[in-house]
Amino acid sequence: MKLIGKLTIFLCGTLLIVFANKFPDFGDPHSPAATHLSPYFIEHTMADTSVPNIVTSVLADYRGYDTMFETTVILAAGLACFFLLRLPEEEEKEIYFRHVPTGVTIRIEECGAAPEDSEVFQRIDSQWVPCDIIIRSTSRLLIPFIQIFALYVVAHGHHSPGGGFQGGVVLGAAVILFAISHNLRTTVAKIGEKSAAIMSAAGVFIYAGTGALCLVLGESFLNYGALAPILGTDRVMARSHGILIVEIGVALAVMSVMIWIYYNLSSAGKQDEGL
Amino acid sequence: MDFLTVLISRANYWAYIILMMIGLYAMIAKNNLVKKIVGMSIFQTAVILFYVSIGAKQGATIPILLHGHAPETGGNLAHAATGHGTAAVQAVNYINPLPHVLMLTAIVVGVATLGVALALAIKVYKEYGTLEENEINQRLRRG
Repeated sequence: MKLIGKLTIFLCGTLLIVFANKFPDFGDPHSPAATHLSPYFIEHTMADTSVPNIVTSVLADYRGYDTMFETTVILAAGLACFFLLRLPEEEEKEIYFRHVPTGVTIRIEECGAAPEDSEVFQRIDSQWVPCDIIIRSTSRLLIPFIQIFALYVVAHGHHSPGGGFQGGVVLGAAVILFAISHNLRTTVAKIGEKSAAIMSAAGVFIYAGTGALCLVLGESFLNYGALAPILGTDRVMARSHGILIVEIGVALAVMSVMIWIYYNLSSAGKQDEGL
Repeated sequence: MDFLTVLISRANYWAYIILMMIGLYAMIAKNNLVKKIVGMSIFQTAVILFYVSIGAKQGATIPILLHGHAPETGGNLAHAATGHGTAAVQAVNYINPLPHVLMLTAIVVGVATLGVALALAIKVYKEYGTLEENEINQRLRRG
């Protein structure tokens, strides 16, 4: 296998290096990639959509179909992880509780009466280690700012680098940071698996629904100009607002799929003990 | 053109070819499934680098128009705007946004495929108790 691998990369590498000489130079303004479609996007984006960030306008408007199906691919990946890994919830033989004021761990056998999960009695894993106070307080300080920054990235994607994908990933990362610094059980109690699944589907629904709304209003799918009467603006501004709606849908889908995949991967489908 | 000029003008292609070959070798020759997945990620990164690098233009800036108008004063773009009116947006001044858009979605989809690949690896580990490919093959042959 090692020999086959070396032969393959030698052949492929030689071919690629030989043909790389035919490629345009780095930074050549007249390369084929820069002369056909992209000048249109750069020169017409303000007139068509009034979005200064050309990447955003191409992402959500000129190539709207592409982005819609990319979002669907992400949802499909979340679903695939769920169907591959998720195990049915089974009756646990023994569960552990911690009495918070005294720090005593209580083990409850199969038929024992479990106390309410409250401030006093905290449900813990069988292999429980106390959360480190430094990590816990640092992440508690950081997470709100990460989330606000993520919302800024989503909302300001029209005028600065940003948009739904980036903001959604940052939002998801904030929740994953919480899960790592505390534990999976606390995180699932805050954002349940069901709500993550519903949110990811809702994100794709917002995107496809915006497209379908344009269809209902008598124009082609994802032609946000049709939303002008609803939004009360002219057609160009309606495109700008339509892009924002779609970006919010993308952010919702990406955030919740990141969380969902993390839940399933970190606990191998059991969703209780985790990392 | 001497060798060095060629090397520098195509440095982006060399970088992506080397990275891509590292990823391909890991996918073919490594025995451990997680190492294969790491190879796949390196391969994806190589493609992303390639796309982003073909979007670059000499002397151009990021593809965000300054408040919707061509720059009027100051900055290194001012020379291009003079003589074309205030509203003229020249494609030469902004790098190609199209590869950025394609790779923006590719990065997130890459994370999603990585998640699915790791989920499969967890499933394989549960079934066979190992992630080494030769040991899995042995157990498959034995039935």
